[in-house]
Amino acid sequence: MRKPLTLRILSALDKKSWLALGIFLALALVVVPVLHLHFPEDSALHVSTYAITLIGKIMCYALVAVAMDLIWGYGGILSLGHGLFFALGGYAFGMYLMRQIGRDGSYGADLPDFMVFLDWKELPWFWLGSDKFGWVAFLVMAVPALVAFVFGYFAFRSRIKGVYFSIITQALTYAAMLLFFRNETGFGGNNGFTDFKRVLGYSITSSETRLVLFGLTAVMLAVTLVFSAWLVKSKFGRVLTAIRDAESRVMFIGYNPLWYKLTIWVISAVLCGIAGALYVPQVGIINPSEMSPGNSIEIAIWVAVGGRGTLIGPVIGAFVVNLAKSWFTVSFPEYWLFFLGLLFIVVTLMLPQGLVGLWKKIMTKKGAEAC
Amino acid sequence: MLNTVDLFEDDRPEGSDGADQMGHVVTGELDLSHGVALYLEDITVSFDGFKALNNLNLAINAGELRCIIGPNGAGKTTMMDVITGKTRPDSGKAYFGQSIDLTRLTEPEIAHIGIGRKFQKPTIFEQHTVFENLELAMKTDKRVWKSLMAWLAGDERDRIAETLRLIRLDKEADRQAGLLSHGQKQWLEIGMLLMQEPKLLLLDEPVAGMTDDETMRTAELFVSLAGKHSLVVVEHDMAFVEKLGGLVTVLHEGSVLAEGDLAAVQNDQRVIEVYLGR
Repeated sequence: MRKPLTLRILSALDKKSWLALGIFLALALVVVPVLHLHFPEDSALHVSTYAITLIGKIMCYALVAVAMDLIWGYGGILSLGHGLFFALGGYAFGMYLMRQIGRDGSYGADLPDFMVFLDWKELPWFWLGSDKFGWVAFLVMAVPALVAFVFGYFAFRSRIKGVYFSIITQALTYAAMLLFFRNETGFGGNNGFTDFKRVLGYSITSSETRLVLFGLTAVMLAVTLVFSAWLVKSKFGRVLTAIRDAESRVMFIGYNPLWYKLTIWVISAVLCGIAGALYVPQVGIINPSEMSPGNSIEIAIWVAVGGRGTLIGPVIGAFVVNLAKSWFTVSFPEYWLFFLGLLFIVVTLMLPQGLVGLWKKIMTKKGAEAC
Repeated sequence: MLNTVDLFEDDRPEGSDGADQMGHVVTGELDLSHGVALYLEDITVSFDGFKALNNLNLAINAGELRCIIGPNGAGKTTMMDVITGKTRPDSGKAYFGQSIDLTRLTEPEIAHIGIGRKFQKPTIFEQHTVFENLELAMKTDKRVWKSLMAWLAGDERDRIAETLRLIRLDKEADRQAGLLSHGQKQWLEIGMLLMQEPKLLLLDEPVAGMTDDETMRTAELFVSLAGKHSLVVVEHDMAFVEKLGGLVTVLHEGSVLAEGDLAAVQNDQRVIEVYLGR
């Protein structure tokens, strides 16, 4: 009678999407490692460490973009503070990476270098257990979830909406950035965490570790896409878009929007936290600038460029904007922000459905001509 | 007076103990033992000194079909806001049945205990299909976890199909609701209300924008609903009000000016003055 959950998750994507996802995973888990390890650096087929790090980083961003789309594209709530959840996940995992340095730091002490520098004699209480991978993996999800829950509960209960909500999230991430800038906060001040040596005992700079992190990020992105597809196709997803379109009607037919918004908000924050945790070992640094308001706005731009309210849109947006960014910042570093602003204006005015919307338009035009 | 108690005996509102997710229990169950479905006493609501409702008293019997008329600004919409929890009165009592104090409940809780509301402007989920609109409105456990795991059972599909036929949208089931005509949207919203299985329906100008034919069909539908449900209809269309029959209450400046059948009300000197001006 009732379809089991596994079947429902399987039917969340159509055949084409499953195929695309399979190809993506095969590329990330088999093709890229083979090309990286088995072809010499001067070969045309060699995939460089730079490319792997760049694509790995962008996949983390794509994960954040999907998380952002769940709350913005489907829930209609524009967060301009998602960089905070990303950074919290990154910092949580960064604590573990700092502990993995052990006595190989410049001071050769048990404590992380920045604590020695501050003349601290022991770890602050919130660093307890930070050498345990399992505990830190829990923190990566639990800390963003807790912050999101507390903030979201009060914001949604007070029925704060639209631009007011967006501005408050900007203030939240800005305040957190100022807090993390302080040395006394215990997260390395404005230098943050860096100079990582190992993860789970393996050298963090070795090709194999990089490829494993790269593969894990790809798997996480794929799992998130399937999970999100199931989520937005469930009745929960339909209630969510109903709240976006006519919140009062939702209330008057007996749903309490507070819990729906809060659920998607917390899920979104947790996904950002995981993305941050995958990002830090690949990039090798986490500092408070990840919480700067500009970073969070950029996340919204990825989603807008790719196409809100579709799941593939944010992934495309994250790749397009970030590939453009890495090219621009090398070729014309001073013009990147102008380009970003221009891109945002063009997309808002001309492509409200983003690149995915543009693609759909072209396809329907073609279809109409074919008839 | 007609005894309507037995009409409600076997279907007390199930949602009355599960509306709030924080574990609060909605006070009491719907008790219609005295034949009164809705009872407003001395309700006053003021906005910046302007009294939108001024010592309003109103009682709707179980199974009754009541029309509310009145000039613009008489307080009709504010009255609905008070009943559905959107606006809290400054003073006065609002009871649903004998025991449920509406002034203490939130909008979703009030929806759960069996009050459905149709807005003046049709408010439906335009991006969803007609079928999905009805599905979302259907009376069921509306907590997050249940929605995540929800899967339509056969009898639930049947109920949606039945309502689709009733509101004459069965051919439009898979159409996006935003593409419907104005009159169809009105019917869809009425259908959504019915899916909630409410005891009391509040209908704010339900036939605005409908053709004469649609208006008459709506009137027939409402008359057929009375008895099983209580209906409060706010309307300006006098032909429609006449077709509905039933008692008419005239609101003016936030309180009741006159009450009676349509002919009596229309001949009331004070009502004529209010409508035509002095």
